[in-house]
Amino acid sequence: MPDRSTLLRVEHLRKVYESANGDVEAIGDISFTMRSGELVCIVGPSGCGKTTLLKCLAGLLRPTSGLVEMDGQPVTGPSPAMAVVFQEYGRSLYPWLTVRGNVELPLRHKRLSRQERDKLVTDAIEAVGLAHAARSHPWQLSGGMQQRVAIARAIAYQPEVLIMDEPFAAVDAQTRADLEDLVRELHRTRKISVLFVTHDIDESVYLGERVLVLSASPTWVQEDLAVDLPPERDQITTRALPRFTELRTHVYDQIQRAKRGQAVAP
Amino acid sequence: MSAHTDRIARRSRGGGLGRRVAAGFLYSLGLPFLLLVIWGLASSSSTNRFFPGPLTILEAFRETWIGPAFVDDVLPSLYRLALGIAASIVIGIAAGTLIGLFRPLRELLEPLLEFFRAIPPPVLIPVVMLLLGITDTMKVVVIVSGAVWPILLNTIDGVRATDSVMSETADSFQITWWERLRFLVLPAASPRIMTGVRQGLSVALILMVISEMFASSAGLGYRIAYFQRNYLIAEMWSGILLLGLVGVLLAATFGVVERRVLRWYHGIREVNRA
Repeated sequence: MPDRSTLLRVEHLRKVYESANGDVEAIGDISFTMRSGELVCIVGPSGCGKTTLLKCLAGLLRPTSGLVEMDGQPVTGPSPAMAVVFQEYGRSLYPWLTVRGNVELPLRHKRLSRQERDKLVTDAIEAVGLAHAARSHPWQLSGGMQQRVAIARAIAYQPEVLIMDEPFAAVDAQTRADLEDLVRELHRTRKISVLFVTHDIDESVYLGERVLVLSASPTWVQEDLAVDLPPERDQITTRALPRFTELRTHVYDQIQRAKRGQAVAP
Repeated sequence: MSAHTDRIARRSRGGGLGRRVAAGFLYSLGLPFLLLVIWGLASSSSTNRFFPGPLTILEAFRETWIGPAFVDDVLPSLYRLALGIAASIVIGIAAGTLIGLFRPLRELLEPLLEFFRAIPPPVLIPVVMLLLGITDTMKVVVIVSGAVWPILLNTIDGVRATDSVMSETADSFQITWWERLRFLVLPAASPRIMTGVRQGLSVALILMVISEMFASSAGLGYRIAYFQRNYLIAEMWSGILLLGLVGVLLAATFGVVERRVLRWYHGIREVNRA
């Protein structure tokens, strides 16, 4: 096992939404750490505040209390060390820009020479298999291809961690399998750390090296599960492994307990 | 990777484009031509001197407008119109963007804007005339005082309605303020802005004419009023014809610009319909 230092540290994160009808506690108390180069999946029952958690981590929302640390530095706002891939690819890509323009936009304010920027953009677009569509507009592409553009935009930004918010929830099953393999491949070949939020139990076990199971709202980490599947995974053999079935059954049980509120907070 | 087999939707192009343009041309000119024929027939059997036949009007059109009158009356009018439209667009978009982006500014100004918008611009002509005299500036100010509102208000609405996920994307990638304006806010508002500009154009044309009818010694509006007072009926009609043509030209120019600026917008609508 190579030395993996702590990349992301979350301690006693709590988020309360204040509203006229009383406060809503979305996140109760979440703590976990993520090492550099890890692929961590976060899975939980629907409505458990996954998106809220993610926005707090990405610096888009201020937590009510608690600490988010990236490389030892507290996260107070969006940081160049993180790139987010949103679920709604149609609303996250800018339709007036081409695929290339969309991938290039976040790099404009980075101090890079023209060649360096072009190289990063071309490289990212090729990495997601869209070299032939670089000059198209996002709305000319299928949903799966649009989400590839969003992934290309995120990796061209060269973040230390890629934060993905249910990125494949809106695409069909076959495209989804392709995109899952793309994420595994990018993680393996580029050593990108990935924090992947999903509501799909199979997806979390197939993708992750670790799966964090969240409880129902107000949320805490109900289980931190290491996925001891071989690092080389593919859709057919991995999903057919007895260990895969055991793990997914285990996560499924945990989610069911979370839904029924049977799990007890630590 | 299977992406290479994915299709990229393309807009349908070619394939009898020439024929379609010709057909469109015939369709758009067919009805005006028919109306002209009916008018010609009606006026030839009528003795009403206020409705001369189309041929008489065309003759008057040639005599009145092709020649020195074009330089003396038409060009200054068009110049003021162009200036008024340009100023309205610049002021409308700049002020609209600021007001749309800054909430306190919006809350401060909104009641005031509603009030000023409700004033019919022609009543401002005497006031502006007192302040600026009977000058080109006064006429341009009158044009702007009417044409700027639809652009301003549509820009405010368009800027306010920036999609939340698109904004969050810009936030998460730490896009600078200027890039945000250039690549997110203005393009996102552009369909609304173009709607405002389209409305502004017709207001501007109306106010160009009215500002010249009030107090002027040259210009299209002045000429038409002059012909009417001197019972030069065919000439008067020819002026109206010319105004109509200016309007059509304005709309056509706008159409070309709009299709360029909103290419993505029309593209999305085409894809969604398919």
